[in-house]
Amino acid sequence: MKLKIDLNLGGFVRRGLGVACLSALAMLSAGCRLDMHLQPKYLPYESTDFFADGRSERQPVPGTVARGQLRVDELMFTGRENGVAASTFPFPITRADLERGRERYNIYCTPCHDYTGSGRGMIVQRGFPQPPSYHIQRLRDAPVGHFFEVMTNGFGAMYSYAARIDTADRWRIAAYIRVLQLSENATIQDVPDSERQKLSQPVASQSAGKQARESQ
Amino acid sequence: MSQIFHRSTNLVSRVSIYGAVLIIGALGYALYAIAMSPWYTDQNVKRQQPVPFSHRHHAGELGIDCRYCHTSVEKSSFAGVPPTQTCMTCHSQIWTNSSMLEPVRASYRDDTSLPWVRVNALPDFVYFDHSIHVSKGVGCTTCHGQVAEMALTERAGTLYMSWCLNCHRQPEKFVRDKSEVFNPYYESPSAAKQLELGRKLVKEYKIQSYQHCSTCHR
Repeated sequence: MKLKIDLNLGGFVRRGLGVACLSALAMLSAGCRLDMHLQPKYLPYESTDFFADGRSERQPVPGTVARGQLRVDELMFTGRENGVAASTFPFPITRADLERGRERYNIYCTPCHDYTGSGRGMIVQRGFPQPPSYHIQRLRDAPVGHFFEVMTNGFGAMYSYAARIDTADRWRIAAYIRVLQLSENATIQDVPDSERQKLSQPVASQSAGKQARESQ
Repeated sequence: MSQIFHRSTNLVSRVSIYGAVLIIGALGYALYAIAMSPWYTDQNVKRQQPVPFSHRHHAGELGIDCRYCHTSVEKSSFAGVPPTQTCMTCHSQIWTNSSMLEPVRASYRDDTSLPWVRVNALPDFVYFDHSIHVSKGVGCTTCHGQVAEMALTERAGTLYMSWCLNCHRQPEKFVRDKSEVFNPYYESPSAAKQLELGRKLVKEYKIQSYQHCSTCHR
């Protein structure tokens, strides 16, 4: 008799446990539907089985012109005027443009051309063919359109940067290359009188100036 | 009539009074521990990639700016995974014989995609936008961690909603100067100074502490 009761109790506990487990599973799995997490849509660059190349993003039909992307302005988009590299900018260059140009130059160009434009950037130090310095006479004489063209189409070992840098930003970088050329070939005559005294001041204040520049 | 329950069940009933509290507590703790564990969140789990790309080498040792490859981070919701052309900009000239880079060359040669494995992914009902964050002084490393020290890239946060809200509720604890957003080695000042700087920047950048559902869920 005693044994039988024990067995019944065991069965009761087992059934109870079983029911509890099943209901817990049912409740948990009800919360496991992922159809909102994984919606039937493609996120950028998501792969797909639908197209043969496995890409969900499609190339536009050749000749497609997106709204606002009609490239009729020869100077703006090719850097050329009447077939030769232009020596003017397609839009007036302001101080803000130069600052934007410096920022973009520091991102995209310094790995090879380095911060001064000497062509001794980090990637060159690691074995990339050295580009010419911006400060040689040939490139100082080159029209700005030349720099724009090189960025747009690539040149020698350099690939095109057209996909990475907007058209207007490529012009701003060309303007900033002019700034670098000016700075590397500047003489004391180019320094305004009011600033000239600072050059002869003691080293301490110069390093303060350097810190101010770096923190910019 | 005999007793239904054996004497030994007294012990069971006594234990279960305390046990219920303990078991429920332990179960709750276990669930929490599992939910916060890297096994569940993928936090700090290195992902194997088709090419063992090292951010430590490229962004850290070589000092290449984040935006050199992630070009759309300032103007799009998506920071952008670089096309193979970006890799080949340098690797058409250096490490050209490396077998490690063969998938990159094959991708360029055959115009096929490199199947990079996503490290940070949100559920499809979350609409996160990179551009607004980087233009309001949220640094890359604030969410992505010390990427410039990661050999293989890993997820730095849990990406839970609580993790997002942690900053949305108190942006002043995290924002930095706009000029430092892409600095991979930025160190935020001490807590008190960060609060002072953060409050100033929140005002200056007009950062709004959005917390309503439709900010991220649409």
